[in-house]
Amino acid sequence: MAARIDEQQVRHIAHLARLRPTDAEVRLFSEQLSHILAYVEQLNELDTSDVPPTAHALPVHNVFREDVPGDPLPVDRALANAPQRDGDFFAVPKVLEQDSA
Amino acid sequence: MPMPTLMEIRDAVRSGRVGAREWIDRAIGSIQRLDPQLRALISYDGDRAMDLAEQIDEQVARGEPVGPLAGVPVLIKDNICTRFGRTTCASRILENFEAPYDAHVVQRLESAGAIILGKTNLDEFAMGSSTENSVWFPTRNPWSLEHVPGGSSGGSASAVAAGVVAGALGSDTGGSIRQPASFCGITGLKPTYGRVSRYGLVAYGSSLDQIGPLTRDVADAALLLQVIAGRDPRDSTSVDEPVPDYVAGLDRPVDGLRIGLAREYFGAGLDPEVRAAVEAAIAEFQAAGAEIVPVSLPHVKYAVACYYLVAVAEASSNLARYDGVHYGRRAERPQDYIDVYCSSRQEGFGAEVRRRIMLGTYALSSGYYDAYYLKALKVRTLIKRDFEEAFRLVDVVAGPTSPSPAWRLGEKLEDPLAMYLMDIYTVSANLAGIPGISVPCGFTQTGLPIGLQLMGPHFGEPRLLAAAGLYQRRTDWHTRVPPLASAAAA
Repeated sequence: MAARIDEQQVRHIAHLARLRPTDAEVRLFSEQLSHILAYVEQLNELDTSDVPPTAHALPVHNVFREDVPGDPLPVDRALANAPQRDGDFFAVPKVLEQDSA
Repeated sequence: MPMPTLMEIRDAVRSGRVGAREWIDRAIGSIQRLDPQLRALISYDGDRAMDLAEQIDEQVARGEPVGPLAGVPVLIKDNICTRFGRTTCASRILENFEAPYDAHVVQRLESAGAIILGKTNLDEFAMGSSTENSVWFPTRNPWSLEHVPGGSSGGSASAVAAGVVAGALGSDTGGSIRQPASFCGITGLKPTYGRVSRYGLVAYGSSLDQIGPLTRDVADAALLLQVIAGRDPRDSTSVDEPVPDYVAGLDRPVDGLRIGLAREYFGAGLDPEVRAAVEAAIAEFQAAGAEIVPVSLPHVKYAVACYYLVAVAEASSNLARYDGVHYGRRAERPQDYIDVYCSSRQEGFGAEVRRRIMLGTYALSSGYYDAYYLKALKVRTLIKRDFEEAFRLVDVVAGPTSPSPAWRLGEKLEDPLAMYLMDIYTVSANLAGIPGISVPCGFTQTGLPIGLQLMGPHFGEPRLLAAAGLYQRRTDWHTRVPPLASAAAA
């Protein structure tokens, strides 16, 4: 099965990833991503039906800590990098349409 | 003039022979002379460094105890958060980002007395193998300005190789410390996953990322690791494993060393000059009394395919946080709320970062998750098992760090897959979570450095460093200085 990501799929993935590629980029990404996927297809040579997945190279267990509050980031420092702020809040453009507000 | 090591600088500061201010002065002088050509640094703050140096010099003058890196200027990769200056990740989306806290390694360095002089260039968000994917500028290799320094920690490698500083930190997700160390003729260590806290390291592939040192020799790598290693409750993946004395361990004799050789590390595509230099290094180990044992790593040929699914899947998730809302760049005139995300991310990320986000999003998306992401995680198990088997027989596995020496700027930019394939020898250590070190083992006829890679089992740093140290006691490749740096010093 030769994977091929067509331009429609590129647009769909871009939407999922919240990117807005230009038409030229959609063509380029379609070509490049198809090329890369064709290469990773080689993993299908391996029978992994009895192999468990490794998400983490070391055995990781739940890590607990004492349930005591630490020092929170002061509000001004947390907001210092905000592109736009309104008092003690992050500001964004209107979410709701005017007529449904 | 030989370049001083971290230990020599520290000792000179402690004894009062050459003060911290003098070392900062020299480092700033090197930056001014060399960095216009190298472009290794994104930012530096000489005034801040000088104030810190003055404090160290005063402590020494008063006879107070000072740390193991007292007064030593160092640089760190610009994906490590500092409360001073900016942390840009060489990305437009973070071009003005001022981190609200210091990374764990920054706190450790500063408590040890090190002076962080500045932040080094990288491939945007550490995604690349050449330091050409920086929004700021590409960094050059001090051995040849026409060649890349490797990546993604290319700024750190270039600066250490040119003698701007004796040590720097980088991060390694698929080879980003070891490969630039190899290309620039210096020593670079990726520690065991979990050895060093990732708190304050901007995340790329969270199950793969690890911070580590780039230095002139193995002893300095051990010293830097000593300072930054250890459990940190703020990174739940940092491991509560005792930190041995890496530096003292280097002085012990290396008895009964068994070096594994895997034919999979000497396959097609390996540059003949690299092969010859690495084989000569193996012979050096044999002459030193090490036993050379053939081992088999049958699944490493799948490592690049496996890595580029796992890493990009994690990246697509990690980079979802750049939303143009909380911090980072926001597009100028978003049409609506969704467009705040889409336009900010489209404008803020470079092409390679967007390519990896797209690929990762695809590999995780409905209908493809099992075929790509889950498949890759299963192959990751096979690769990990290969190394577990090998380390039943040997202490370290040896091979080339990179299949080729540094390539020319621009040479591989048009073909992303060709660039990915150059990571063939480094990505396995990240997938398996094991430590790996690159040490210089020769030069090509045209004068480009070649790196030898040694890999060890989980938390096998003491034996790994001992093996690399043994090699450096018998060779002098790590003492070579690029012509550009020796000319500047004259």
